[in-house]
Amino acid sequence: MPGPYTDGHAGTYIIEGRTGPWELVIGLEVHAQVTSRAKLFSGSATDFGSEPNSQVSFVDAAMPGMLPVLNGECVRQAVRTGLALGAQINRWSRFDRKNYFYADLPQGYQISQYQHPIVGEGEIEIELEDGTRHTVGIERIHLEQDAGKSIHDLSPVFSYVDLNRSGVALMEIVSKPDMRSPAEAAAYVASLRAILRAIGSCDGNMQEGSMRADVNVSVRRPGTKFGTRCEIKNVNSIRFIQQAIAYEARRQVAILEEGGTIRQETRLFDPDKGETRSLRSKEDAHDYRYFPEPDLLPLELTEDFIAQCKASLPELPGAKRARFEAELGLSPYLSGVLTADADSSRWFETLLAETADRQGKPQRDVAEKAANWMTGELFGALNRLDLAIAESPVTPAQGAELLALVADGTLSGPLAKQVFEIMLETREDPGVIAEERGLKQVSDTGALERTIGDVMAANPDKVADYRGGKDKLFGFFVGQVMKASGGKANPAVVNALLKKALG
Amino acid sequence: MTIFTDLTLLAMRDGLAARDFTARELVGAHVTAVEAARPLNAFIVETPEIALAAADAADAALANGSAGLLAGIPVGIKDLFCTKGVQTTAASAILKGFTPRYESTVTARLFDAGAAMLGKLNLDEFAMGSSNETSAFGPVISPWRALGSQAPLVPGGSSGGSSAAVAARLCAAATGTDTGGSIRQPAAFTGIAGIKPTYGRCSRWGIIAFASSLDQAGVMARTVADCALMLEAMAGYDPKDSTSLNAPVPAYAKALSGSLKGKRIGIPREYRMDGMDSAVDALWQQGIAWARDAGAEIVDVSLPHTGEALPTYYIVAPAEASSNLARYDGVRYGMRVAPDGGTLNDMYEATRAAGFGHEVKRRIMIGTYVLSAGYYDAYYLKAQKVRALIAQDFEHAWESCDLLLTPTAPTAAFGLGAKMADPIAMYLNDVFTVPASLAGLPAMSIPAGLDPDGLPLGLQIIGRPLDEQGVLNASYALEQAAGFVAAPTRWW
Repeated sequence: MPGPYTDGHAGTYIIEGRTGPWELVIGLEVHAQVTSRAKLFSGSATDFGSEPNSQVSFVDAAMPGMLPVLNGECVRQAVRTGLALGAQINRWSRFDRKNYFYADLPQGYQISQYQHPIVGEGEIEIELEDGTRHTVGIERIHLEQDAGKSIHDLSPVFSYVDLNRSGVALMEIVSKPDMRSPAEAAAYVASLRAILRAIGSCDGNMQEGSMRADVNVSVRRPGTKFGTRCEIKNVNSIRFIQQAIAYEARRQVAILEEGGTIRQETRLFDPDKGETRSLRSKEDAHDYRYFPEPDLLPLELTEDFIAQCKASLPELPGAKRARFEAELGLSPYLSGVLTADADSSRWFETLLAETADRQGKPQRDVAEKAANWMTGELFGALNRLDLAIAESPVTPAQGAELLALVADGTLSGPLAKQVFEIMLETREDPGVIAEERGLKQVSDTGALERTIGDVMAANPDKVADYRGGKDKLFGFFVGQVMKASGGKANPAVVNALLKKALG
Repeated sequence: MTIFTDLTLLAMRDGLAARDFTARELVGAHVTAVEAARPLNAFIVETPEIALAAADAADAALANGSAGLLAGIPVGIKDLFCTKGVQTTAASAILKGFTPRYESTVTARLFDAGAAMLGKLNLDEFAMGSSNETSAFGPVISPWRALGSQAPLVPGGSSGGSSAAVAARLCAAATGTDTGGSIRQPAAFTGIAGIKPTYGRCSRWGIIAFASSLDQAGVMARTVADCALMLEAMAGYDPKDSTSLNAPVPAYAKALSGSLKGKRIGIPREYRMDGMDSAVDALWQQGIAWARDAGAEIVDVSLPHTGEALPTYYIVAPAEASSNLARYDGVRYGMRVAPDGGTLNDMYEATRAAGFGHEVKRRIMIGTYVLSAGYYDAYYLKAQKVRALIAQDFEHAWESCDLLLTPTAPTAAFGLGAKMADPIAMYLNDVFTVPASLAGLPAMSIPAGLDPDGLPLGLQIIGRPLDEQGVLNASYALEQAAGFVAAPTRWW
């Protein structure tokens, strides 16, 4: 649908060609594996990484006489996803057969939704690194079954087929051609992934293929109608999506600037070379001979069912982020980081609840400290250890205990850092670590008074100078006392006692 | 002395219940009959050991009072039903040697009821045909012969093995499947009864698909009451088939009634075709008279889109078939022909070229064509619209009648090979049966008379959706009136 050029895209990505500026137009078809123990039309399991052909029912292998039965859980997840994207839920939808021959497509057709998808138009808000936000339209979401996998490198003469994925439920989430730069496409996928993970309809694991994208790219002179697009199939990371778009756009501009025309075609992205290459042209495109799947009845949804799906939705990332800003007083930056994915926000909210509870304070009063610690100390450590938040060796409860020990003066900042390092290694509770390893801050005035006495006795000249008006020497005494206490002295208590002792 | 093979299914049941004879005796007699009837080529696989084991189980069950509805009844199974551990081929070379590891819902129900399977019955390849001549296992020969002739006749199709076996007294009943007439037309050709229930009455799970929106399992037996009992055992909701109907199955046999009092029977005027066989027409008029005598009110009705039914069927059915048969690709089971150094596409082409017969290829090509970009709207989509109009014709008819009475087929059985060169002539066999298939309605053929050559002719009763009881009752009334007792003279 060619439309007039509108500038609403902050940081618009323009390729300055020899003959003038070129603008990108990008649309994405994201294939997201539906979180479900069973496949879309059979009871087979869907666990990743199982033995080849160990999760294959007679239906998945398309044995003679087998029939598909729609898995209600997959329908529920598709509807929840549609609702999370504010999309139209179609009360009546239908499955079609998409016919083509391939060794890993046992039926000789894929059951998909061609004409009547379960979810219609919706939208998604994305945010770029510079903080600008805008909206990308969703065209539709439909349910379809995945194919199996052909393995060509096990034998020089044979190809092998693994049908574990055959029949696994996918949602194909089709965007409108609303993106204008690789960064926007990346932000779109990141936002979409965050929403899917937040509502639990897809685990968003791009390495395992739970989420992958077909990327449509065309270029045009700003303000003119859409150019001819190429589709880059099956790109499986956000970084590759950006690389593929950037390469493809440059390729198309180079052709156009030489006076050539773009051939509509399907291309593949080669991550090793950072290039796209032609897979097949439009002329070679399959004629899929779509027709309504006669083995399944049309899918009709009741208002009740949709209401139940709606009621089951958790707070979505966008709403959570707004709440973090408004109710917890967190900065837009911290709110954004903490709601970027469901695991992080879940971890933070547990941490926050425990922290407020331990310290007997409202969440708003401890939120910033908790957020700073989590995004600074914890994320830093996880990054260093190459661990995801879900794999953190430290639990939110332990984090809350650590923050509480700092708040009540048991640990100083530097001590807290030491304890945290030990927690990462041993997974022990911070209280236990501080206790057993003697890392507690010393606030015992008797012990500190003795230490102060020793320090003063060892430095009579400095005491005299201080008393004679050299105020700056106060810091020297603090440092000596801290050193003598092995860093465990409570600086506030030391200050007060020193002031008294030095007069 | 009782000739076991001549007994009706109900008589067998009574005899077994009274312990007049054992299931082993009964089934044993049928095993012998099957072996003796190999010239008919009705069976692709004989399973005497399975039949006798079921007979023994039935005898035990009869002795301890746990016998099912069909305990010890010898039946044949059309080789379109997947049977666990027994080769299932759809009469296609592409599935030669294929042995399912699962049991179709319909056969599982029959076996649960105690039926004894004598073997897998021949059919047209993938149920595509009206004469049982397209089978990769060779044609079935009808047990019937025209008066004074030795020429082999076709048993009808696609359930030709079933019709021949039941007519030749090789089994008490057989399963059939009906996509456009594949139960009713062979029943008419061989002088037996056959019912195709409402689409969705019997589960399609485990039945090798031909045209999914039309395929429906049904029964072939020698009497209406026998069909009623078999259908009772086979029918019922199956969550494994999304198109199966979740409706209770009545005890058809018990409720069987020959009175048509208060029933309005419609005679569709469009079924009176130019050049209709005069014997067929005469039998139809006779049927109308019998129905009136049984108390029915005869009503003239119109089904205006009848003429479009056959072309519509020959778009919809091949379209679905072209997709349903895509799975026979040589990759996972069945025949594989892989030319040396060839590609995957070469393997597909060689496998399917060698594995499919002529008629199946013809229909795959027609189906692929009508679904292709640029032709879909003109053929498939239009055919779906006409199909809706045909269904609407019946709905209008039900406003003025309860059942319809028509001939089953335009002619009696023809000679082997007579129509193989002319597919259109072959397709015309289904002209009276296809409309009810397109509308998903229950329909039954009963043997009602003989033509001048001494060959059987059938009458068809069509009913409202789920009114199998009404169809069976009207058929029962006509069966009683017709008093059809003719049977083929044994020549094999």
